[in-house]
Amino acid sequence: MTEATGVHQGSTGSTDAPARRSIRSFLASTEIDTRLAGMIGALAVIWIGFNVLSGGLFLTPRNLWNLSVQSSSIAIMATGMVLIIVSRNIDLSVGSLLGFLGYTMAMVQAIWIPTTLGLGFGQPYTWIVALAVGVALGAAIGGLQGFIVAYGGVPSFIVTLGGFLIWRGLIFRYAQGQTIAPMDATYSFIGGGPAGALGDIGSLIVGALACVALAFILLSSNRRRRAYGFPARPTWAMATVIAAGSAAILAFVWVANSYFWPPALATRYAEANGIIEPLGGLQIPTGIAYPVLIMIGVTLVMTYLATRRRFGRYVYSIGGNPDAAELGGINVRRTITVTYALMGVLVAISAAVQTARLDAAVTNLGVQNELDVIAAAVIGGTSFSGGIGTITGAVLGAVVMQSLRSGMVLLRFDSPTQDIVVGIVLVAAVGLDAALRRRSAR
Amino acid sequence: MNAQAARTPLVEMRNIHVSFGGVHAVEDASIDLYAGEVVGLVGGNGAGKSTLMRALSGARPPDSGEIWIDGKHIAIGNPREAKSDGIETIYQTLALADNIDAAANLFLGRELTDRAGTLDDTAMESATRKVMHRLNPNFKNFKMAVKSLSGGQRQSVAIARAVHFNARILIMDEPTAALGPAETAQVRDLIRQLKAEGIGIFLVSHDIHDVFDLSDRIAVMYHGKIVGTVKKTDVTIDEVLAMIIMGKAPGEATAGELATLHG
Repeated sequence: MTEATGVHQGSTGSTDAPARRSIRSFLASTEIDTRLAGMIGALAVIWIGFNVLSGGLFLTPRNLWNLSVQSSSIAIMATGMVLIIVSRNIDLSVGSLLGFLGYTMAMVQAIWIPTTLGLGFGQPYTWIVALAVGVALGAAIGGLQGFIVAYGGVPSFIVTLGGFLIWRGLIFRYAQGQTIAPMDATYSFIGGGPAGALGDIGSLIVGALACVALAFILLSSNRRRRAYGFPARPTWAMATVIAAGSAAILAFVWVANSYFWPPALATRYAEANGIIEPLGGLQIPTGIAYPVLIMIGVTLVMTYLATRRRFGRYVYSIGGNPDAAELGGINVRRTITVTYALMGVLVAISAAVQTARLDAAVTNLGVQNELDVIAAAVIGGTSFSGGIGTITGAVLGAVVMQSLRSGMVLLRFDSPTQDIVVGIVLVAAVGLDAALRRRSAR
Repeated sequence: MNAQAARTPLVEMRNIHVSFGGVHAVEDASIDLYAGEVVGLVGGNGAGKSTLMRALSGARPPDSGEIWIDGKHIAIGNPREAKSDGIETIYQTLALADNIDAAANLFLGRELTDRAGTLDDTAMESATRKVMHRLNPNFKNFKMAVKSLSGGQRQSVAIARAVHFNARILIMDEPTAALGPAETAQVRDLIRQLKAEGIGIFLVSHDIHDVFDLSDRIAVMYHGKIVGTVKKTDVTIDEVLAMIIMGKAPGEATAGELATLHG
């Protein structure tokens, strides 16, 4: 099976039908991860299924745009959870930590800076100071939990179960159950919403840059492999991958730009800027939301860390064989500590997204998020036996979960039913994955 | 100082003690190794062979005792320090991370990177192809996780990792245990070749014939102690067996006791 390092499945069984073999050879030449391709297929089935069942309500720019925003917070954290699970640990504290960090950032911008320090509301630096405090605190708390796991020899399940209780408890300690609102105006952009988005021109520029970057990265890696005389993707496969990738990017931009500001907001905007509204209302393309942009950035950075840096290589080797990692001279304990510190940073970013989106910090902020994050990583192919899992898989896992929830909302399923379905899907996905793995291991 | 000692040993382990809980796994063991020499380390199960070697490889630093490399007293606190002193180890368990490919295992802990610190996978794969070509020309699965490789292929990855980094001292713990006859012959050829290159090799093995075939000297361990270190040309297989089984130095065992070995 395909692995984190981009290892490729050799063609096994010779008894396959020719059609299956040609699919396999297509995947081999294009070097598309089969597991990832399977997940995208499953996602397509879910989307089309919900679209049919809801009478065309699912595949609308509005729903897809909302789906992208709703997925982003869990997806951001899932990228960190992958590395923790890959190295044979777990983090149950992320939901509580998210609440605690969200609260802290809310306190910084709504109380500490304006009132306690007497600097007033609406300072240009407020949002960045709040975010920096959250990220630093997240790294410190995550790092502390990781340190206890790695150097203290306390199982991660226990350490983070403790964290789960402690960070939630601390929220009540310093807010007495109050809601902190509103957030700083600039800070609120982090949460998305029509104003917290790139707009059509910005989205197009980002999309175009992404296409160029994709082509550049793929071509330069192919050129290097050719220079060393290794097997590389044939030109047609290269062209296919670049074309498909660019098409996906531009389709995403097109969907985001097809979602227009809600009429009431557009009217208010028109009034505020002295624009006379045309008949049928002002159509302002929303573009890619900032939280989605953050999620994409986090995915890229985390993928780079996981596959192209020593740190990631060590995380995967620890998951594959902790003794081998130790004997290879890897500092296993430090590496584990860093995975948790990184998780803390990602939790802080997600906390910013959620509080900005709510425009408030509430006491149940992040409740059950740990379960959604773990589920996203696992649906995305991360294995609890360690050593296996990809960042992009986890992000897709988060999108799959959010698609299920969002689709069921459209179909007017109640919340308990949604939980039942997501639970069944989680177990079924892991069961299917395990069965496929066993088959490919033979 | 006698004339023999004029040449400084490559490795000298002096009075090494290692204990786990109250159990003395290695007790007052001293052993040395010269460049271009193969020293076989034999003994029954639990005699302390692997533990003594783990003290040298940094996997489990000794509780007391000294290690001298090239006549210099050094401390080996972890595998990284051992490697920086030119000590490479092929562990009995192979110590491979199953989920990553051959190149990633070969460079594990010593990855090649560009100036920005990004892994240079292409360069690592290229180096891996070169060293594997020398060790095992049939090896082709460079992109596969080592878990899906055969026992022999996995072994050659572990060996490649040890020889690629210009080891001066090589510890081979049961290097042929998992191998078929053809692959075993390949490893034996490799040991002779490395020896000819001037590398000192500690060969830990259960297989007395392997040891007799490849070693210059043989050290026998019994219940954590070194019973004796003998030149291969000075002893018979039976005498070494007597050392392994009864813990008696050559000459101590009677003819009658030796005869019981073949009982």
